[in-house]
Amino acid sequence: MTASRTPLLAINGLHVTVEGKQILNGLTLQVRAGEVHAIMGPNGSGKSTLAHVLAGRPGYQITAGTVSYEGRDLLALAPEERARQGVFLGFQYPVEIPGVNNVYLLKAAVNAVRKQRGLPEVDAFEFLGLVRDKMKLMHIEDSFLSRGVNEGFSGGEKKRNEVLQMLVLEPRLAILDETDSGLDIDALKVVAAGVNSQRSPERACVLVTHYQRLLEYVVPDIVHVLVRGRIARSGDRTLALELERRGYDWVSGEAA
Amino acid sequence: MSGNARQLETLIARGYQHGFVTEIDADTVAPGLDEDVVRLISRKKQEPAFLTEWRLKALRHWLTMREPHWAHVKFAPIDYQSISYYSAPKARKDGPKSLDEVDPKLLETYEKLGVPLHERARLAGVAVDAVFDSVSVATTFKERLAAAGVVFCPFSEAVRTHPQLLEQYLGSVVPYTDNFFATLNSAVFSDGSFVYVPKGVRCPMELSTYFRINAMNTGQFERTLIIADVGSYVSYLEGCSAPQRDENQLHAAVVELIALDDAYIKYSTVQNWYPGDAHGVGGIYNFVTKRGECRGRRAHISWTQVETGSAITWKYPSCVLRGEGSIGEFYSVATVNHYQQADTGTKMIHIGPDTRSTIISKGISAGHGQNTYRGLVKMLPSAHGARNFTQCDSLLMGGQCGAHTFPYVEVKNPSATVEHEASTSKISEDQLFYCLARGITEEDAVNMIVSGFCKSVFKELPMEFAVEAQALLAVSLEGAVG
Repeated sequence: MTASRTPLLAINGLHVTVEGKQILNGLTLQVRAGEVHAIMGPNGSGKSTLAHVLAGRPGYQITAGTVSYEGRDLLALAPEERARQGVFLGFQYPVEIPGVNNVYLLKAAVNAVRKQRGLPEVDAFEFLGLVRDKMKLMHIEDSFLSRGVNEGFSGGEKKRNEVLQMLVLEPRLAILDETDSGLDIDALKVVAAGVNSQRSPERACVLVTHYQRLLEYVVPDIVHVLVRGRIARSGDRTLALELERRGYDWVSGEAA
Repeated sequence: MSGNARQLETLIARGYQHGFVTEIDADTVAPGLDEDVVRLISRKKQEPAFLTEWRLKALRHWLTMREPHWAHVKFAPIDYQSISYYSAPKARKDGPKSLDEVDPKLLETYEKLGVPLHERARLAGVAVDAVFDSVSVATTFKERLAAAGVVFCPFSEAVRTHPQLLEQYLGSVVPYTDNFFATLNSAVFSDGSFVYVPKGVRCPMELSTYFRINAMNTGQFERTLIIADVGSYVSYLEGCSAPQRDENQLHAAVVELIALDDAYIKYSTVQNWYPGDAHGVGGIYNFVTKRGECRGRRAHISWTQVETGSAITWKYPSCVLRGEGSIGEFYSVATVNHYQQADTGTKMIHIGPDTRSTIISKGISAGHGQNTYRGLVKMLPSAHGARNFTQCDSLLMGGQCGAHTFPYVEVKNPSATVEHEASTSKISEDQLFYCLARGITEEDAVNMIVSGFCKSVFKELPMEFAVEAQALLAVSLEGAVG
């Protein structure tokens, strides 16, 4: 199939600075539909910057390089456009929005995507049915829907909420920024089950993570190691295991 | 998205919607204020002698007072002699006996404001008194209310039909000596609404007054008096708007509420006076005195206000909690954008034992707006076991605006408790980006965050008002971010 030959996401020679400091330094990466990629790397290597730049967060200067998504220039799109086109960012630190119901935000997000696709707004009853199924998978209780967005959530609840949003929005490209950090083993398994449930030949996922622990439950097709703003090494999942054994200094040393 | 959200979206694209002027012949007295003007107003309204005298006492007292400037607002001195103190649309005959006789231009005006006066066009649950400049032009559903024993009529009519109630209660909560603007109002007040709910009656519908300033260089000085007799209940809504003009116009109203034993008065305001333009030119000076007295045991007065309009807002809807176990509440959302200034809050005066009060104030500042919460909680020596809870939250949008909080607390009874919580927050880049990353537009995101912030106040409003309030908020904050 030709679809799998054209990458869903193609990043080419991406250079990004933040307040004059070079963070990404000629990063090149291709993600095809159906694939799960893990991006690992030491603190400060540019992992989160990459995730934010793909989602369109302001405050980053792109000085060189291109990013195409479904064959189009992703960087030319406003953040909300990217989301509606099927790009999803799972936040490392999901923000609290007091007084705004979880279910309200979720419904607004779903309808924004549906509008883009020329579909009518989802009716409330149908929507609740859809959300409840996914909530079960994420071990989230019903009362959760009427709570304020991330308001007073524990770290684990916030991360599960991010994955729930992903499941409901069904993005083509999901970028999960350290969704595993701060989770105990049970929560990690729930999050992994959520991510695995949405693997499909049409969709791709980029897992940004510091530890290989998540990769025991979500087995990636390709693992990349990011060092000083570029990919220093790529391989299959054994690379993650080797990294764990030998530490990031091993790759950092090589890349220097 | 829900219908409400769509409605919000359309409203956002508009700006101040009520800025039009109605071309209508008016009977307007020459600018200036002296005893002759006061007598003229009183004569036009065919008032009994006690009321004329009361007005004159107020005027004489007012002449000894000075315009107050302690509020955290700035305005050029007002020339009180250049204001016209009475303006009424010319009646074709002696005054409309029914809606069919009301000038079609006036009906059209209220139609445009979204307040249709034809009863069949009205939502069944709300009776409306429409006040245009200095007079009430129409009151709906009077017969149905009368059947329940409820009196709901223009103030000027109550002067003739219920003089004994007026003589007993007028000025009993806000005396004519109270403050500069209330005293001025007492001398020259023109019209307003009068409500009396008899013993044990639950008012069968929401009562509502819609105030409209139309004429130029006039002030509006209306007076509202609501009396809830023993064991009665009434919910009253107040709306207002004015044409868009470059001159500032003065609105100095007085509202008095009296709740007897076990009575409950719920008073809601959505204030949308013209706020001036984006450069701070024009707009209404809204200098208003609102006070309710829980005169009886277990009486309950609840103020809810959503303030989006006016160039300057200066008002403190307050409760005097005299009756044992009585309850006072104040729920407020005050928004300032561009160059608007608001100094608003409440006073809770606890006199009776076991009285309780709750204050929830949400201030939103955008543009160059200055928003001040000023509140007094006073526990008198007789207020055994009285309790107050106050929560003041401010939300800032952009770096040019300001939020200020002046809470005053006086406790003279050691068994009384007072709690105060305050917070100031900004709509953060993080919150906005989080919504954007979910495909939601910036405007929708701001509205969503602001509505969330105001939720605990909006839920106190009657349903249809809550929708209107939310929509108004979206309009008044238009362009505040990004």
